[in-house]
Amino acid sequence: MIEQDRAGAAFLVLVVAVAIAAPVLNQFVPASSPFHLSTYSLTLIGKYMCYAMLALAVDLIWGYAGILSLGHAAFFALGGYAMGMYLMRQIGPRGVYGDPILPDFMVFLNWQKLPWFWVGFNHFWFALIVIAAVPAALALVFGWFAFRSRVTGVYFSIMTQALSYALMLAFFRNDMGFGGNNGFTDFKDILGFDLHADRTRVVLVVVTAAALAASYLACRAIVASRAGRLFRAIRDAESRARFLGYRVESYKLWVFVFSASLAGIAGALYVPQVGIINPSEFAPINSIEAVIWVAVGGRGTLFGAAMGAVLVNYAKTYFTGALPELWLYALGALFVLVTLFLPRGLVGLGARRRRAVHGAAAPVIWALGSHVGVSLGSKLK
Amino acid sequence: MRQLQYENQNVLGTKLQVTWLLLAVILCPARALAQPPLSDVGDVRLVLGELREASFVEKERIVERLSARGDPSIRPVLSALLEDRLFVRESDHLIFIVKSADDSLTSLELIDPVSLAGAGSASRDDLTKIGTNNQLRKRLRALVARFDLSGPDAAVRLAAVEEILRSLDAESLALLRARSTVEPDAGVREQIEIGLGLAALDSGDSRARLDAIAALTRTLRPQVRNRLAGLLERTADGGFAESDERVRQAAAQAVHAIDRWRTFYGVVETLFFGLSVGSVLVLVAVGLAITFGVMGVINMAHGELMMLGAYTTYVMQLAMPNHIGAAIVLAIPAAFLVAGVTGVILERTIIRFLYGRPLETLLATFGVSLVLQQLVRSVFSANNRSVETPAWMSGTLQINGALSITVNRLCIILFSLIVFAILLFVLKRTRLGLDIRAVSQNRAMAQAMGIRTGWVDAMTFGLGSGIAGIAGVALSQFTNVGPNLGQSYIIDSFMVVVFGGVGNLWGTLVGGLSMGVVDQLLEPYAGAVLAKIFVLVALIVFIQRWPRGLFPQTGRAAETQA
Repeated sequence: MIEQDRAGAAFLVLVVAVAIAAPVLNQFVPASSPFHLSTYSLTLIGKYMCYAMLALAVDLIWGYAGILSLGHAAFFALGGYAMGMYLMRQIGPRGVYGDPILPDFMVFLNWQKLPWFWVGFNHFWFALIVIAAVPAALALVFGWFAFRSRVTGVYFSIMTQALSYALMLAFFRNDMGFGGNNGFTDFKDILGFDLHADRTRVVLVVVTAAALAASYLACRAIVASRAGRLFRAIRDAESRARFLGYRVESYKLWVFVFSASLAGIAGALYVPQVGIINPSEFAPINSIEAVIWVAVGGRGTLFGAAMGAVLVNYAKTYFTGALPELWLYALGALFVLVTLFLPRGLVGLGARRRRAVHGAAAPVIWALGSHVGVSLGSKLK
Repeated sequence: MRQLQYENQNVLGTKLQVTWLLLAVILCPARALAQPPLSDVGDVRLVLGELREASFVEKERIVERLSARGDPSIRPVLSALLEDRLFVRESDHLIFIVKSADDSLTSLELIDPVSLAGAGSASRDDLTKIGTNNQLRKRLRALVARFDLSGPDAAVRLAAVEEILRSLDAESLALLRARSTVEPDAGVREQIEIGLGLAALDSGDSRARLDAIAALTRTLRPQVRNRLAGLLERTADGGFAESDERVRQAAAQAVHAIDRWRTFYGVVETLFFGLSVGSVLVLVAVGLAITFGVMGVINMAHGELMMLGAYTTYVMQLAMPNHIGAAIVLAIPAAFLVAGVTGVILERTIIRFLYGRPLETLLATFGVSLVLQQLVRSVFSANNRSVETPAWMSGTLQINGALSITVNRLCIILFSLIVFAILLFVLKRTRLGLDIRAVSQNRAMAQAMGIRTGWVDAMTFGLGSGIAGIAGVALSQFTNVGPNLGQSYIIDSFMVVVFGGVGNLWGTLVGGLSMGVVDQLLEPYAGAVLAKIFVLVALIVFIQRWPRGLFPQTGRAAETQA
């Protein structure tokens, strides 16, 4: 637990450092300087941190409670859609059709009035509640049925995958009232601040960093608690935990619900930064990718999962830009190699080295972090 | 038997002659009073010669005269005229049929219109086409159809009946009536009766109309139903289209009966559609039932193995562009080999290190699926490839007026049942199947009995993968062959296996077929996408209630797997 704490602390320090350095490098360093951080890179960092939050959510249930959900991208997307609905309402009469109430796509589809589930999304506080509540509610209903009838392991994974696939098909439909194929885009502002302004973006990144740090602390508090110990017991021997008298279903259910709403919040932070949300966010491959971030970083370590998300996505940005042909080969190979040779991920690799050399996991994290930071700064300007 | 047929033909022949006689008798008084019927071959040549300078109206009279003789040997001349293949040789003003009047030909091959023997060739400059107009062509088509009505081929006769029904007059009615008494083919007879019945509905005699309705009740065609329903409608002045109360009642009953049967056949058709959709599901899932159900490997690359099978079909067609049908048949073993070998390699290099860790196999095989997709993109490009459907797999079978089934759907049902039966045979009746079952039930004991479990694992996985390849061949006939082919089926395949019960092939069959039927039953009400969503959600709920599927495994083996 101690070394985990040190690595975790290092991770927190890194997040705080990013939260401070990124705005400074973007706002106060002149564009001519080599240390200037472009807004594009800034947004990219924000995006990676959203993914890191999603990875935390996946790691909390997979790494600690042994629940492999292949539907977390769906919770992520639901949170994103809730935020998107708020942002759509903020556009107001500035849309192409200029309707003060209805978003463009509804005018286009000849809708006469706002459907009931859109009511209230002009208030930010309402959107905030929905962002966490809808994924949580879905997870509650789904998990309640699944855990109660002891759908576990692979079956649970396939069910969650089917769920997210069904949601994707549903959101692709035009008459669902969520913009169909195109989803939501062309956002104008959030809480009255222009979304295209650099300052708004800086604030969004800082908020995301704060959210990431807070989620990390929350997850760590959970896994360090008595309940956390029980999660590990469930992961390693579910029947034994049940026979010891614990209500395994309830524990699994509430950690699943918490994880889902965490994913929803990550999605909500993601949407204003990338500026679009559409049904392809529900695609099953996205959920599986989130799982691979966790596997690469190190399952059951939290900070490793978050760093894994950043690393894999940085690689994705690099490959899709430089060698688009090779990205899927690389990602595929990553899946195979990590499962075959790195069952504990990069953190496991670091821990093995730590045993050999008398260091700590922290320097590894530092090294990884600074590498990403530096190369981001240098490459993505 | 041969003797019998011969006699039969003879009987038919005499009947035909009777028909022609009848035809001649009917036609003669109408038009041929001024011109006596042609008696011999010389006359035919003479009359044909008149075509050269005749106006369109005269031409029509000439062809009437020619066909009035009732000799079917005139049919080639009529159809040649209809197809712009009747020419005059300018040098001697003789009429010839040309074999082909294709624009690319400079010299045309001639056929004598009476003897139908070859008559050398002539340059295009020496020949003048005998022109036709719409009116004449319409008349020609009707005349040709009359000759076809007594042709030997039932399909030709059916087409002829349909052609005649398009423009009914007193003559053709009589012709049809005569034909219906001698027509041997039930389908053609039915078509004639419908035509006669529809015509009789217009007769002034209400008794005849009642009879016609009684006869038409047996047919299920939409055109008949609409015609009968039309009798019940009110005209603009408030009266009924049909004046007789009894006829109206009979028509209402007939429409009701027809509607009931059409609804019934509609359900039959939906069931058939559902079974065909379900067969596709069975086919894509049955390979997974081996790798996932028997071996417990979460093979996310299953869809990509199907994709390999589909691309194998594409390559086979590229290699044999002139034998599309043979290429498809040969693609079946080829796809089995390609996908099977890929599966064996996969098992030996990756999966065997991950037994007992299902979630890890899921991730690793997903990685493999990404690599295979990208591989196909690199080799064949990201665009979809078109795989052709052989002629014998397209078209429809018309069962009756209300029910027709497409041949390719029938093929897929049969194909998946055959694949299923073979797989069942391999598992239950062969040495390999025995080994597979032994290893899946108790690995340690099987090993102790001397079964090479590693080899059996590789073969089992290869078998499941090979079946996936075969499924790919079938899919290439239905969907786009592209890098994403596998992804669109992988979730369905898993749902079928989980629904049917892991480790149970029969469960996969029943599960796949019932999913297909439910999907098709819902589709008219909910639309394709919503039906699919509904099926997925229903399955999720089903699995919550019965986590082990329709046919759960029982006994000790099931417990050790859990």
